[in-house]
Amino acid sequence: MRFGTEIVLMGFFTFLALVAAGFGVDEPFRQHMWVLFFVLLGFVVVLLRNTSFAASAPIDPSAYMDGPIRYGAIATMFWGVVGMLVGVLIALQLAYPDLNIEPWFNFGRLRPLHTSGVVFAFGGNALICTSMYVVQRTSRARLFGGDLAWFVFWGYQLFIVMAATGYLLGITESREYAEPEWYVDLWLTIVWVAYLILFLGTILKRKEPHIYVANWFYLSFIVTIAMLHVVNNLSMPVSLVGSKSYSAFSGVQDALTQWWYGHNAVGFFLTAGFLGMMYYFVPKQANRPVYSYRLSIIHFWAIIFLYIWAGPHHLHYTALPDWAQTLGMVFSIMLWMPSWGGMINGLMTLSGAWDKIRTDPIIRMMVMAIAFYGMSTFEGPMMSIKAVNSLSHYTDWTIGHVHSGALGWVGMISFGAIYYMVPKLWNRDRLYSLRLVTWHFWLATLGIVVYAAVMWVSGVMQGLMWREYDEQGFLVYSFAETVAAMHPYYVMRAAGGAMYLAGALIMAWNITMTILGYQREEQLMPGSVPSLQPAE
Amino acid sequence: MDYNLMREFADSWGLLAMALFFVGCVAFALRPGGRSQADEAARIPLKDD
Repeated sequence: MRFGTEIVLMGFFTFLALVAAGFGVDEPFRQHMWVLFFVLLGFVVVLLRNTSFAASAPIDPSAYMDGPIRYGAIATMFWGVVGMLVGVLIALQLAYPDLNIEPWFNFGRLRPLHTSGVVFAFGGNALICTSMYVVQRTSRARLFGGDLAWFVFWGYQLFIVMAATGYLLGITESREYAEPEWYVDLWLTIVWVAYLILFLGTILKRKEPHIYVANWFYLSFIVTIAMLHVVNNLSMPVSLVGSKSYSAFSGVQDALTQWWYGHNAVGFFLTAGFLGMMYYFVPKQANRPVYSYRLSIIHFWAIIFLYIWAGPHHLHYTALPDWAQTLGMVFSIMLWMPSWGGMINGLMTLSGAWDKIRTDPIIRMMVMAIAFYGMSTFEGPMMSIKAVNSLSHYTDWTIGHVHSGALGWVGMISFGAIYYMVPKLWNRDRLYSLRLVTWHFWLATLGIVVYAAVMWVSGVMQGLMWREYDEQGFLVYSFAETVAAMHPYYVMRAAGGAMYLAGALIMAWNITMTILGYQREEQLMPGSVPSLQPAE
Repeated sequence: MDYNLMREFADSWGLLAMALFFVGCVAFALRPGGRSQADEAARIPLKDD
């Protein structure tokens, strides 16, 4: 019977969720378990309706397993639009506080929904589906473990749904980018170990003797995130049927563990994983090998050795010992070198084919992503210098920096990879429309430029206002005055974010039409076909 | 094993071991004769679909 074991197991867990909803010791936990109950129940019903008693068709072990990747591409697009929409909403809430709707939709609960939505739901799905795509094609082997890939995909979606609904219900560990409570963390650990087994197993059964460098980056992302997630979430729940837990660390140790996690989430989730994407999809789209393979190996090891020490720069001028702050700053500055080595490697892959930037909007998108990778990995080390940090810390400058990395690098390289993969995954000749990719490119680029520039101005202004003394040593501005001064910038920031969201909506339309098999009749990109020479 | 002992180990032998490992990785990547293997490895994504 198809899905027999799955139906029995899922039915059992649905029942457990119902029991937990009944015996929960606090109201948010009971509500959260009701959410889990209905989600699992829906899943069981879908499985029951798709079951059959006929023998299933034999699987060709030499063919690639692309089903979970197709689902992953759609999930990436869906969560991307949701996460960016919430981002625009909270940007407007900052500008117009009346938009805070108590209790579920106030800024405090929507902000982690936005960050987790774009980082873990959009970025995570992009990483999982592209890693499955890349590891099969560079190992020339089918994904390991049968239906394990499906478990990883659906298990990860369940994690996202539980994390997101938990935030809205007010369940949080209050650790930035690690807000989900203990039971959601445990579930993610199980899914992540399955993902590691899936990825390693595929590498072990590869037919290609060499492990391509993109897989090194993906593997370092999977291993490091497992380590960071487990250590940062070591905590003791108050009750096995309650939503509250307490961290195993206290005081400054807790803060350092959190930012060791936080910065390496940037380094290994948002950088190493997406570099894996860059090292496969840029050569594929440009149809040229990477500029220097040996530089990519050095890039890899330098990132591995340096990133892990950079976290303390989030705790400048705090109770953290001074030597640890300096250590974090020095390693952050050293990171500049491998980052730019990697950027040069990505950009120079186009050497001899620079015309593609003009004729191929997908390459243009990838090049813009790599340029933003270079820009934000220059800005980051600069901001980690203590003197600069004393101005930039806790201001909007930090938010601008994060978004130039997240929208510019992570977003654009993921868009490029999805645009490349979708026609291949659904056996289409080409995308529905390349012209729409150009529209997406310009909306996204202008949106980032508006966003980042506005946040620079607003952040530097905010930092300067906070530290402004008069001749008698009194602070010149009250905190509320700095907030009022930022209003115009908050409105402009929301406009920049809305442009980026508009680009993503155009992409969602383009991808949907491609999957449905339509091709828009349109003029070719100028220069994409060599012009004919008249006969002599 | 207390904090000070671990710290002392980290900024002496631990640091040396990691630095040597890193230098070894770079030297191995740049070894003479590594170029042709690297060029071959760089072509892996372009081989098939």
